[in-house]
Amino acid sequence: MNDAVDASLAPAGPGEAVAAPFALGQWRTKAELVAMPIGAVAMALALFGVFCRCQGANPFAIYAGIYRAAFGSWYSFQNTLIRAAPLMLAALCTALPARMGLIVIGNEGAMVVGGVGATALGLAVQAGQPGPAPMLVLTTMALGGMLCGGLWIAAVGALKHYRGVNETISSLLMNYIAIAVLNHLVNGPMKDPSSLNKPSSYPISDGNMLQNIPGTMVHWGLVYGLVACLLAWFLIEHTTFGFKVKVIGGNIRAARIAGIAVGKLTLVTCFLAGACAGLAGMAEVAAVQGRANESLNSFYGYSSILVAFVARQNAMATILVATLFGGILASGGSLQRDFQLPDATIMVFQGLVFLAILFSDSLYGKFSLFKEGGA
Amino acid sequence: MNPVSGSLGWWGVALAILAGAIRGGTPFLFVSVGECLTEKSGKINLGMEGTLVFGAMSAYAISYRTGSAWLGVLVAGLAGAALGCIHAWLCQRPKVNDIAVGIAMIIFGSGLAFFFGKPYIQPVAPQLPGIPLGCWSDVPQLRSALTICPLFFVGVAVALAARWFFGSTRWGLQVRAVGDAPAAARAMGISIVAVRSWSIIAGSFLAGVGGAYLSLFYPGAWTEMVPSGQGLMAVALVIFAGWNPVRCLWASLLFGGAQSIGPALQGIGVNSNYYLWNASPYILTLLVMVITCSPTRTLTGAPGALGEAA
Repeated sequence: MNDAVDASLAPAGPGEAVAAPFALGQWRTKAELVAMPIGAVAMALALFGVFCRCQGANPFAIYAGIYRAAFGSWYSFQNTLIRAAPLMLAALCTALPARMGLIVIGNEGAMVVGGVGATALGLAVQAGQPGPAPMLVLTTMALGGMLCGGLWIAAVGALKHYRGVNETISSLLMNYIAIAVLNHLVNGPMKDPSSLNKPSSYPISDGNMLQNIPGTMVHWGLVYGLVACLLAWFLIEHTTFGFKVKVIGGNIRAARIAGIAVGKLTLVTCFLAGACAGLAGMAEVAAVQGRANESLNSFYGYSSILVAFVARQNAMATILVATLFGGILASGGSLQRDFQLPDATIMVFQGLVFLAILFSDSLYGKFSLFKEGGA
Repeated sequence: MNPVSGSLGWWGVALAILAGAIRGGTPFLFVSVGECLTEKSGKINLGMEGTLVFGAMSAYAISYRTGSAWLGVLVAGLAGAALGCIHAWLCQRPKVNDIAVGIAMIIFGSGLAFFFGKPYIQPVAPQLPGIPLGCWSDVPQLRSALTICPLFFVGVAVALAARWFFGSTRWGLQVRAVGDAPAAARAMGISIVAVRSWSIIAGSFLAGVGGAYLSLFYPGAWTEMVPSGQGLMAVALVIFAGWNPVRCLWASLLFGGAQSIGPALQGIGVNSNYYLWNASPYILTLLVMVITCSPTRTLTGAPGALGEAA
């Protein structure tokens, strides 16, 4: 259990491991890296169709329904983007540590803690006299969310590095602890007495909420997500920091011998990962919910793990995959309304995609079409 | 909330925690012995949580449909074994990480359970009987605390049988050989894939039965809230128990007790920090892992090939 770090998880494909002097010469490997996840999603769609057929629904009508609800119109696409924003941020929580061989799945916990931290700080700042500028409130909230989420996942990294505690299990346990803390706070110290049915914190006032991008109904959290993914991609692919991270992911003993400060890098990477998820929690509070409550722990936790795996832990690919899965989440309501399928249908589909993606891992290098040096 | 504590004051709390150790510990017992069996063969099944949820749903549905709770337990085990087949097949393919498969199985198993379990949230299904071991006492709290599900005794028997299996049988030795030194086992002519598959499937069967206990005895209902991470904690518990089935029993009782602290305190009117007390089993698990794990040495009792790529 200690050495659960598995080199095969580190997504560096064979094409990346070799410094490529002939960028074009590796096109088959690159095509494989793109084609495999697409093939896996297609396979999952097929299996999902069979599943729906067994439930007496017409799979093609369901595919069309999902497409319409997710990408069919500008309105529904904006809905998709609203869901894609937290997915991008939260997916980085899995994707970044995965590059150093750690499977961290504390996305949900970091989002919750980030959301709660952001709310607490936001409430404290907006109570100041005279009423502070919205920008100040939002900046404080964003920094607070990132700090809380970052420390939360950094703790997972510290437990792994200093005590050898399996990071997957500890991060999952910390999800439950985060939710307990959230429940404690919104039922106790932070509780707004007027929120009866759904215990919540006091609200962030309307003027201090995160605004929409002009001309759309999508909030600025989407820009946070895009920027975070681009920065993460640059950090991993184009800096010495990222190079060291990938060396640790490839072979931790070699990294130690080469003098790489494994502990420090583990903590920093985990902190950055958690900070992204914390920012997602902040955006959910500041743009969608307006207050901290149990809605913080819905939807995004498991989905963002899946996004990271489908994107093969590549931050740039995360943008696309998060948009795709944002669409799938957005179509959940329509599946319920138009096809009378339970809301867990989306979860079944996500499970199938996840299994198919892992199955596709075992097929790399099996197709002669993708072999370098001739088909 | 909790029928056990009440007018007995702090004695009631102690009693409720003791009763909770057995009541809440039984699902941990089944899952952890199942996970122990799985991990002894060298593979981790993190998807036990999904197996548990799916087992809980199948047991409740079958019990409601047929009126027989025991048939529900059996079907839950088989449903768990079916999920185990998927895990066994997928995690033994080349380059596939067994922890990642576990995460996928959590999502898939829970998704299936919530999908098929939707119609069974309202109806009331026949429950498993309790054995009234407290009928000699006049104190109603004691009687209720000592009403124990037969599945608990089945679980104890399974844990003892597992120790005997690993210690004194040919098959048990083969499982340990595959988990400790796959290359040597292969040289002896043991089929690694077969041994691991059967270990994973049998372990998942037990996890399914643990789920049946949740929906058919305690808390004894099927909602999406009934399973709350027991499958996952059981995986951590195996590390704590040093891969020893009998120690899994003690650890399960400890965790069951920790789980009932919150409700027991609420029973005597201590409501402060109720939600934080609910986190105590998770915090305990984390603490236990911090204490037992070490970055430098392998844990005593850990199967040699555990977590290595096949």
